[in-house]
Amino acid sequence: MPVLRRIEQRVESFGGRLEVYVQDDVSLAAGFAHVHDDTALAASYHYNIDTVPTLIRLRGEQEDARAIGWRRSEWEAVAGIPGLGEELPDYRPGCGSKTMDPGMPARLKVKYGNTGLTSRRIAVSALSDPVETCYERGWTDGLPVVPPTEERVLEMLDGTARPPQEIIGKIPPNYAECTVEKVAINAVMAGCRPEYMPVVLTAVEAALTPAFGLHGVLATTNACTPVIMVNGPIARTVGMNAKGNVFGQGNRANAAIGRTLQLVVRNVGGGRPGEIDRSVFGSPAKYSFCFAEDEDDPRWESYAVSLGYSPKASTVTIFPGDGITQIIDHNSRRPEDLCRAYTGCIRAIYGTGHIIGVQAFLAIAREHAIVFYDAGWTKARVKEELLGLLKIPVREVVPGRAGLTGLTAEEKSDPENLVAKFKNGTFNIIRAGGYAGKYSAIIPSIGGRGSIEPVTREVR
Amino acid sequence: MPDNILLDPTAETAAALQPRLARPQSIAGKTIGLFDIAKMRGDEFLDRLDELLTARGHMVKRYRKRHFTHLAPLELKQLIRSECDLVVEGLAD
Repeated sequence: MPVLRRIEQRVESFGGRLEVYVQDDVSLAAGFAHVHDDTALAASYHYNIDTVPTLIRLRGEQEDARAIGWRRSEWEAVAGIPGLGEELPDYRPGCGSKTMDPGMPARLKVKYGNTGLTSRRIAVSALSDPVETCYERGWTDGLPVVPPTEERVLEMLDGTARPPQEIIGKIPPNYAECTVEKVAINAVMAGCRPEYMPVVLTAVEAALTPAFGLHGVLATTNACTPVIMVNGPIARTVGMNAKGNVFGQGNRANAAIGRTLQLVVRNVGGGRPGEIDRSVFGSPAKYSFCFAEDEDDPRWESYAVSLGYSPKASTVTIFPGDGITQIIDHNSRRPEDLCRAYTGCIRAIYGTGHIIGVQAFLAIAREHAIVFYDAGWTKARVKEELLGLLKIPVREVVPGRAGLTGLTAEEKSDPENLVAKFKNGTFNIIRAGGYAGKYSAIIPSIGGRGSIEPVTREVR
Repeated sequence: MPDNILLDPTAETAAALQPRLARPQSIAGKTIGLFDIAKMRGDEFLDRLDELLTARGHMVKRYRKRHFTHLAPLELKQLIRSECDLVVEGLAD
């Protein structure tokens, strides 16, 4: 205070004045001629204060000098008083301004600044529960959502450098423009942290890539839904699960990132059950289906690396999936035997004779993977083996649109001819799951090359 | 207490369109519900309607919700639907 008294005296000596703004107890500044209670932080926000004390010199309305924290030489220069505060140490860094308290920057921006957010504001009476309002407006998947306040959305947008009004694409079924801001709002609702945003935005981008065929995935009578798989360092950075219970509950990043895409489809795209979403059964996967591939064992390259991405790249792959079907084989010790065990299960997807418009990802857990590692089999080798085994005699192919009509005249010429299970659909192998237990899992779905295909995008 | 402000997560382009029920040719013999949303002076309007309709021999049933800022409970809406052929709702004061 003696320092401020000297400054006040000097400023008044040439007709100026010292304005003292106090963020907490204004009585601490009693005795000064111009004291302001700034507990609402309006002035602190206006002057962009991040440290207290801060000394600002104004000429007219214009700032021309500022000292942050306490460094005698700076205060002397700004105040124009040599020997100011000689009783104090030369330097003290100051304290964090209340404008920097957790959550406060966003609150102040909403209160005093220009958020740049353009979405419609919806006032919910203080007597109402915002969570219930979200239900009433049809914004939820059936589970409660985090109410998307302006403050939360601003904080979510801190997770990306992309501007709020950037359009990611037009999202079916209504083909409305999907902006970064709309994704952020839904990410808040889904329970995301801001650092998930790069993954979320890339997932939306991938889902809107025409090759993925999002409209078909959500409008079909099938139970399939977009599945998000993350590769590369960002999966570890945001704490995604690739191991035990990988497809299950309990990991925030997995759950919230996957749920965000579902909410974006629902709220921005207008894809809702009973309307455009005509699924007969649906699936629990429609709440959220998102995970990371397990890349900890270098003996197999990751899915993204097999596509040509660098191991240092972070990618998001989107593919349709209905849920999972497990394969248990505690007995096979040779890769050929394990592949034969897989074959019966994979062939059964949608029916043993169903070969058109079917695709799958096979997730191999560690104990099964070790069988292949020990034999020196790569992922590609396993895939080759399985595709060789997944041949079906024409006589066993389901007749009709999904079966024989997809076959050529030559294939149909002999009932003993063999045709591929994945006649027009893709089949891929990934590593995921817990380290104890001889399991693998099939993620089946509809799809085919040129209609609904996996899409991979690098995280920007 | 101030309102909570939420940001609309939708594309803000969707319109909820519901086809209106066909209007009856005549109200003769119909049960008419008068639904008071509990907003100021709505009851005056509905009382007068009640008088006029009853004087003409129509069956009138009255309903009222707790407060105009709160949604009508589902049960109340179902009750009106089950008991009336027509409903008149006073929306503003």
